[in-house]
Amino acid sequence: MELALAVVVGGLYAAGVYMLLRRTLVKLLIGLALLGNGANLLIFTAAGLTRGQPPIVPAHATAPPSAVADPLPQALILTAIVIGFAVLAFALVLAYRVYKTVGLVDLDQIRESDP
Amino acid sequence: MNVWLVLPVLIPMLTGIVTLLWQRPRGLQRWASVVGATSLLVTALGLLARVWHEGILTTQLGNWPPPYGIILVADLLSAIMVTLTGVIGLACALYALASLDPARERFGYHSLYHFLLMGVCGAFLTGDLFNLYVWFEVMLMASFVLLALGGERGQMTGAIKYVTLNLLSTALFLTALGLLYGVAGTLNMADLARKIAALDEPQPLGVVTTLAMLFLAAFGIKAAAFPLFFWLPASYHTPPVVVTAVFAGLLTKVGMYALIRLFTLIFVHDVGYTHTLILIIAGLTMVTGVLGAVAQYEFRRLLSFHIISQIGYLLMGLGLFSPLALAGAVFFTFHVSVAKTALFLVSGVTERLRGTYDLKDLGGLYRTHPGLAVLFLISAMSLAGMPPLSGFFAKLSLVQAGLALGQYSIVAVALGVSLLTLFSMLKIWNEAFWKSPPLPTLMPGEEGSGGQDARLSLRLLPIGLLATVSIALGLGAGPLFALALRAGEQLLNPAAYIQAVLGGVG
Repeated sequence: MELALAVVVGGLYAAGVYMLLRRTLVKLLIGLALLGNGANLLIFTAAGLTRGQPPIVPAHATAPPSAVADPLPQALILTAIVIGFAVLAFALVLAYRVYKTVGLVDLDQIRESDP
Repeated sequence: MNVWLVLPVLIPMLTGIVTLLWQRPRGLQRWASVVGATSLLVTALGLLARVWHEGILTTQLGNWPPPYGIILVADLLSAIMVTLTGVIGLACALYALASLDPARERFGYHSLYHFLLMGVCGAFLTGDLFNLYVWFEVMLMASFVLLALGGERGQMTGAIKYVTLNLLSTALFLTALGLLYGVAGTLNMADLARKIAALDEPQPLGVVTTLAMLFLAAFGIKAAAFPLFFWLPASYHTPPVVVTAVFAGLLTKVGMYALIRLFTLIFVHDVGYTHTLILIIAGLTMVTGVLGAVAQYEFRRLLSFHIISQIGYLLMGLGLFSPLALAGAVFFTFHVSVAKTALFLVSGVTERLRGTYDLKDLGGLYRTHPGLAVLFLISAMSLAGMPPLSGFFAKLSLVQAGLALGQYSIVAVALGVSLLTLFSMLKIWNEAFWKSPPLPTLMPGEEGSGGQDARLSLRLLPIGLLATVSIALGLGAGPLFALALRAGEQLLNPAAYIQAVLGGVG
């Protein structure tokens, strides 16, 4: 199962980097979103997968049984998803404002502030 | 719960909330901003005094013991960086009172500014790598909005580059975090240091070196190292100059702090490879930064390239990996942030007086405003490394550390870059202050009413404060360098850090 997920993560990273290098601003943002999702899935996979066990200690127990899912990477991913969502929302509005202000979405032509 | 560790995060948060809620009267918002920045500086000095006397301080958030909970840790490096945040925060808050246009103030500039300071202080004080990611994101979001606030054309184009590359750096950071958790099973910095030091088979150690390189790439983008720095000169000169000054003084230094923390505490098993690579990157950063600066004629862009060049010196201190080198890096961080912020604020004043940032159109400021010329000279000569200002002692310690370790090539590069830095500072002096002004382009009425003079004095006040700090750092370099040396020795002693964080748990 880790192998399949690793392939998916690799595919997400590859697609993300490919989209980052496109000419249009919107494709750039899609690439950033794909990269963020790839990173989240990577955290999930790298921490070890457990089938069918929620990361919860059973009632009246003081310690989790040995086969419970690891809750920490799930918490990390949730945080990362929320942060990624907020940043993506900002980036989308920024892209819209760039289009309204500069009038272009072709990144090769948006070069005014380059040194 | 050690309140000294929580206050540097709590005070800017409360100031941000207050300035967001109390929009009117405007004067209240401005005074809340200055009071918040002043109390942050006072708290930071108190924290520094506590850490100097009592050693590494820790506090457990929510009373969850490490390594299961998140802890805040203040060793000397963190305390010095929080003090730096206080100094830069106060200076730029004062400058913003005089220079900010009402539209930006109305849309929440002050609260964004304090949330930025909160993110920076949180990043300096945390003892957990994922918490570092969260504070980096807080700081980054505030910086995105500050960069774009105002919606001018230049800001928008600069913002795309800034946002894209910083988000790429975030994705790399997350990648490295996930893989590091898979290798070590923890993200608490002290616990990571202990677990990685205990690895002895070659296979996981190879993975750990790979992860070190991933972290170097992620924080290298944030710290503007070679060849990852091209977002900086493309975006830093676009927002209002007070925003640029804060960015120049703080944001790259947070990336540098993260690199220092990781490569002295956690990734120390393969110093021959990792730190030599950091030295090579340092040399290239120094050279490309200063060569970029030499070619510029726009005031802020020139200073932006200098930020990159000075980051090279900090990387050199990290790469040399000796107590004197790390002490030099700590001292250099403080000195360069103060000098750079002062220089950016000077460029703001020249723009106010002459209406342009283009060096070719400036001139004659020495005759009309000698006070400004003196303030510029102090900061510029400090940056270039003239005794008795702070830059001299900072560069001297790095050069001495390099010579003691036999790294002659990096020392030669550092000295050559220092000469070129002096050249470009003199270029600014010649163009903006010394030469007679070209045919009058536009001179907004600067000889004017008392109101104009008052606002000009309010702009000069923070520059004067920063110049005083520069002089004090230089004249008081003896005891202050002893502080930096103790910080450097603490950095090279991870056992003390681990003991302070984990050993104190019952």
